[in-house]
Amino acid sequence: MNIAAWFAKNTRAVIALVVVVAVLAVFGKSIPIWSGCTAALDRCADIVAIGVFQGMIVALVALGYTLVYGILQLINFANGSVFMLGSVGALFGVEIFGLTKDTPATTVILAFAVILPVTMLLTAGLNAGIERVAYRPLRRAPTLATLISAIGMDFILQNVGQVLIGPSPVSLPSLLPTTNIITEPFVIKVSHVFVTAITVPLLIGLMWFVQATRQGKAMRATAQDREAAGLMGIDVNRTISLTFLLAGALAGGAGVIVALYNGSAWWQYGFSYGLLAFTAAVFGGIGNLLGAAVGGIFLGVLISLNAFYVDPRWQDVVVFGILVVVLVFRPTGLFAAKQSERA
Amino acid sequence: MKLTKVGALAAVAVLAFSACGTSGGGGGDKGTVQIWSELPRQGSSKGQTDTIVNAIKYALDARGGKVDGWTIKYTDQDDSTAEAGKWTQERATALATEAASTTDLVAYIGTFNSGAAKIVIPVLCGAGIAMVSPANTYPGLTKPGKGTADEPGIYYPGGCAHNYFRVVPADDLQGDVGALWAKDLGATTVYVLDDTEIYGKGVADVFDASATAAGLTVLGHDQAPGKSTDFKALAAKIADAGPDLVYYGGITQNNAGQLWKDLREAMPDIMLMGPDGIYEDAFIEAAGDAAEGTYLTFGGQTADQYTGDAAKWRDEFRTKYGPDSIEVYTIYGYEAANVVLAAIETASKAGAKDAAALRAGTLAALTATKDFKGVLGTWSFDANGDTSNKVFSGSVIKSGKFEFDTVLGQ
Repeated sequence: MNIAAWFAKNTRAVIALVVVVAVLAVFGKSIPIWSGCTAALDRCADIVAIGVFQGMIVALVALGYTLVYGILQLINFANGSVFMLGSVGALFGVEIFGLTKDTPATTVILAFAVILPVTMLLTAGLNAGIERVAYRPLRRAPTLATLISAIGMDFILQNVGQVLIGPSPVSLPSLLPTTNIITEPFVIKVSHVFVTAITVPLLIGLMWFVQATRQGKAMRATAQDREAAGLMGIDVNRTISLTFLLAGALAGGAGVIVALYNGSAWWQYGFSYGLLAFTAAVFGGIGNLLGAAVGGIFLGVLISLNAFYVDPRWQDVVVFGILVVVLVFRPTGLFAAKQSERA
Repeated sequence: MKLTKVGALAAVAVLAFSACGTSGGGGGDKGTVQIWSELPRQGSSKGQTDTIVNAIKYALDARGGKVDGWTIKYTDQDDSTAEAGKWTQERATALATEAASTTDLVAYIGTFNSGAAKIVIPVLCGAGIAMVSPANTYPGLTKPGKGTADEPGIYYPGGCAHNYFRVVPADDLQGDVGALWAKDLGATTVYVLDDTEIYGKGVADVFDASATAAGLTVLGHDQAPGKSTDFKALAAKIADAGPDLVYYGGITQNNAGQLWKDLREAMPDIMLMGPDGIYEDAFIEAAGDAAEGTYLTFGGQTADQYTGDAAKWRDEFRTKYGPDSIEVYTIYGYEAANVVLAAIETASKAGAKDAAALRAGTLAALTATKDFKGVLGTWSFDANGDTSNKVFSGSVIKSGKFEFDTVLGQ
């Protein structure tokens, strides 16, 4: 493809890029994030790192939204609450194993080798159960009915969370050492390594599953055309259940990670992280796996930079302002171009 | 037990009937009137409000449920929802509207949260119902110049008579004593945070101003909104500023535990101070180890520090409700109920014959309250409806428990 053809195809993206560069060149000094970052790059790198690790958790939850949307065109609002129940699972696990901040690291690792998969299994089953009970009977009903059903399930699970651990945030013992592993070019702590060590394999594993396995192929086919997939001999109901199982497992895993990383479990996590994750999924192009992951990390970085250089109060204005700008230029989100990746 | 109660009731009813028949209402039973309390009865404030409700019942029981011949029917109203886990605007509005149309309601004890008071005061003001709060500490509710420009005038619309009183000292004093305490603790630079809500911002603004006035350097004043998922970047920003002490104006339910964890991770040796909004066990549960060493201010004293009448009341109350039955605001709930009952008595003795007259008389009597002898000592309501009682305590969290440290503001 020659340059002229490429330019013709991506005119809007190029124009957007030129506008962004021009705005930064002219007004950069008065945009706090830009001027702050260029003034002290190493500190900026620390803040970006904080955002990346927070963003990874958001990305895992965002994958749940995007997986289900890809296959059913349904926003599974309960996904945020399933994630929250994952953090509750971690809290219960810590109590069952009697872990404290003085427990030796090997014991903690062994305990979590049990807690993480068990929680993921439970939340996977829960999510698939929600689909069976609250969404499948409504599959031929108007989309709004399923949407309301999803919102209802979300409220029910929020209250289950409150019943389980009470209305206030509950602290977990600090099990992850907060010692710095490196400080240059940016601070990386043991807790960051922990988040990465669980998140990245989950992300890669999911993408491999969807792209390379027979079941993944069935998921993609069902996403493209449910009825045609059925005619080709794909068990559509089973494939949809599998999608919900995967989404639930990811949400539960993210819940365990957040409980350890933030050191708390709270029934309101479902809402606060859920909204971010949903936004991240739309941002990256809902239905697109890579888009959700990139969107989550991008939002995490944006929130972190905003809290450091601007004011946490402006978080939603900054996040949704940028979301609107992106959607104006790319209405389908950053990565939604390739239909074949949808699952 | 049940039988004797029924019997007693029957006897009272017969007596009342005969009294009415013979002397035309001048005897032992003048009728039934209501008082309500409005508190968040679900969510993490429940532990605290349970004890306040007990204290109100205790005050009423001490008078046998009657005041100067009037039978007092007390209703424990709830302005929270299970969904929110704290008070909601919808519930507060609904309760205030219902109260305004309840003709035999003579006085209102509440609210617990200052935000709810903002909604309720003007509605009750229009209906001429006196309101006594055991826990609101936002200064703008009563004090001109301490809140926004139009406070407190907006709470008394159309020139209705001032109907709001509180038996706790307001936050301008709490922010004030906090700043002086920070100075005493050896801090020279402070960083101020608030949770963007009316209570938190109010107390943080006062701390900010008082700290500057006391000669401390305020390095910054930021917002830590409760819906934030974490505060790690904000903590990094504060660590860069390098203050000796961080002051947080806010409540536990706005994710204060997470804030504490993130601040401690970024600055292990920082001094942390907060107001009574985080003076509750739920805060220690939420912040875990990060809560250790936190300095807290609150109006009044811990139960163990009570002296005189308050100590006597504490012992009797614990005998009835158990050793853990007293939290910070419990005694204020008792004092609020007592000052209300005393005002009803004054109104009745001044000749109020029906519920409407009793309601108006109670409001007048509360406005005129001077040198009231209660468990908190002898105090008065000033022209703004504030108590003259100004004792504060400073506590420190040690080994996961609140420990009294010092008396402030004297």
